[in-house]
Amino acid sequence: MASTIDTTGVRIGMWIFLYSEIILFGGLFVLYAVYLYEYPELFAQGGKELNRIIGSLNTVVLLVSSCTVAASITAIQRGKKGQAMACLAFSIFCGLVFVVNKYFEWGAKIDHDIYPNSATLQDGEPGLNIFFGLYYVITGLHGLHVIIGMVLLSVSLVLVHHGRITASRYAVLENSGLYWHLVDLIWIFVFPLFYLVL
Amino acid sequence: MTAAHSYLEQSSPPGRSGWKAWLMTHDHKRLGLMYLWAILFWFVLAVFLGLLMRTELMGAGRTIMGAETYSSMFTLHGVIMIFFFGIPAIPAIFGNFFLPIQLGADDVFFPRLNLLSWYLFMFGGGFAVFSLFFGDGFPDTGWTFYVPFSISSAGNVSLTVTAAFILGMSSMLTGLNFVTTFHRMRHKGMGLMKIPLFTWSLYATAWVQILATPVIAITFVLVVLERLLAIGLFEPDRGGDPLLYQHLFWMYSHPAVYIIILPAMGVISEIIPVFSRKAIFGYKGIVYSSLAIAIAGSLVWAHHMYTSGMSDVSVFVFSLLTFLVAVPSAVKVFSWVSTMYKGSIAMSPPFFLSLCFIYLFTVGGLTGLVLGAAGTDIHVHDTQFVVAHFHFVMLGGTGFAFFAALHYWWPKMFGVMYRNRPAYVGAVAAAVGFVFHFVPMLILGMQGMPRRYYDYLPQYETGNFLAGFGAYLLVFGLLLMLLNLVLSLRGPRTAPANPWGGTTLEWTVPSPPPMENFTASPEIKDFPYDFSEIVANSKK
Repeated sequence: MASTIDTTGVRIGMWIFLYSEIILFGGLFVLYAVYLYEYPELFAQGGKELNRIIGSLNTVVLLVSSCTVAASITAIQRGKKGQAMACLAFSIFCGLVFVVNKYFEWGAKIDHDIYPNSATLQDGEPGLNIFFGLYYVITGLHGLHVIIGMVLLSVSLVLVHHGRITASRYAVLENSGLYWHLVDLIWIFVFPLFYLVL
Repeated sequence: MTAAHSYLEQSSPPGRSGWKAWLMTHDHKRLGLMYLWAILFWFVLAVFLGLLMRTELMGAGRTIMGAETYSSMFTLHGVIMIFFFGIPAIPAIFGNFFLPIQLGADDVFFPRLNLLSWYLFMFGGGFAVFSLFFGDGFPDTGWTFYVPFSISSAGNVSLTVTAAFILGMSSMLTGLNFVTTFHRMRHKGMGLMKIPLFTWSLYATAWVQILATPVIAITFVLVVLERLLAIGLFEPDRGGDPLLYQHLFWMYSHPAVYIIILPAMGVISEIIPVFSRKAIFGYKGIVYSSLAIAIAGSLVWAHHMYTSGMSDVSVFVFSLLTFLVAVPSAVKVFSWVSTMYKGSIAMSPPFFLSLCFIYLFTVGGLTGLVLGAAGTDIHVHDTQFVVAHFHFVMLGGTGFAFFAALHYWWPKMFGVMYRNRPAYVGAVAAAVGFVFHFVPMLILGMQGMPRRYYDYLPQYETGNFLAGFGAYLLVFGLLLMLLNLVLSLRGPRTAPANPWGGTTLEWTVPSPPPMENFTASPEIKDFPYDFSEIVANSKK
């Protein structure tokens, strides 16, 4: 094996993995697209029942966290271990804020008897059932990826702390950052599709 | 080179011994063998399931099993043959073993990810075994798991689709590994147009694995979620559309059959030139057609859905696209035949099996045109004609190519030469048995016998009865070939480095190869199929 690591190759591998994640969500977006075409008014009605303020807040939180993740990579490239750790910790905290917001959002909906196979959705308009069914599946899968991203960032944080990620060797941090950016990117699509339907 | 230096004795990473040296290996060659034994187990199991099914069909009415059991049998046969054999076999066994060597590299780019792929394969297999024996028994939905039945059916659908999901992850990671290796680990001097065709076929396949597999992943996630939560995304009274499941399912499962056939075609492209002592005809044509099949094959999925209730426009579009995919496939068949023309033919078991491939795959491809044309498809959809078609391409095609690959590369992997006579007898028996088994099905299908039925109208009995004999002959041939290969392992490790006169890099290293693949820096030829030296040597 080569003694120097081929960082380009490592990047290629990571980007290929990210493409596969995009296709994974892509299948769900295909479903959304077809059903939006089928039920445009009901999707708009469902969208109005979602809280745009929390949704916007979540968007801002993820965008800021992506910024701090990028900052942590720059920091480690400059050898600033403390800065890198602070930025990472902030990103993880942002992820936590996102997940907590999601918990409150879902909780509110469940309190109003809007959840998969609930009586309200069963007896109501089929189009609304589809809208909220997709809402739970897509935001649920996305939330799972936020948690996975938080785990990856935490691992990176620990490795930076122990000096295993350095200015000359930071592929793990960079790849975790890329994963986090993907999670952010998917939300950028999810947010308008569900919260901004007109 | 001493025997102790081969990869079979020397572990990578170094210093391991015993079972750890295999279960924690980073060596792509050892992983190839580990896949080999697992996949052969699944293949033989699924072959016996098929034999049981065809035995049931030999007599009208209930012969050896009832309807529900038969449904579980064809589901299990399909799940195993597609997910545990067809998709992984050639890439995971021969791709893992030979792609790095053909590129002049010492391993794949991500060796530990490669090990993870194997563990995922075994873990998924565990799920499948578990779903056989526990709970409500194996699903009876068919390997296609169509809604609504897959959501309401009592069997272990969730466990089985989870097993397939896990195997999908294994497949994706292998594809990722191969693409990265292809781009970053080629030996200096090996430009793109000097890469052997087997590796090119694996490259095209790898992209399909990476991009298509996530679609089946999300599809199976949705099946599990629907079973658990009853969301209603595919149920008409809840606003859903069952056809969308079919679209999502086939969006992967059609490209999946190209994952199954492309590496097989790559194997044939390697074997034909060697035993024709002649460079492959149309090297670039084969490269571009591999990529074209990968791309075009991803656009034709709804040809499985002509009778499902799609619009006429959709049916027309997908039928047209399906016809286009036949073109690059034909390019390959013509190239192989042109390679043999005016070549100096040397018969051998792998070459014989490759010839069987060319014939059987071509027949399968032609029957595919009957199915691809929407008008004729209406008549034969969901009949035994379809069953015969895909067995011609997947067993007559990939199955025979798999056996060709086994016979071609066995001496290299294990350093032993098997006996030729049982190989030929087995191959002939398999080929003759295959034809006698599946041609009646083409006829029965056109006469209207449906598929996935354990019983049938009286007029179909003769055809089914005769087809059964073909089945037994086919299975005898397959098992004889496998037995011959396995028994050869008892013999001495005397195989030469290049028993067949091949020109690609794996034939320049000893049989079996050393752990690090190359002890001296490999010499890259201008063209991978340059037989001038081989021919000159044989004239001496």
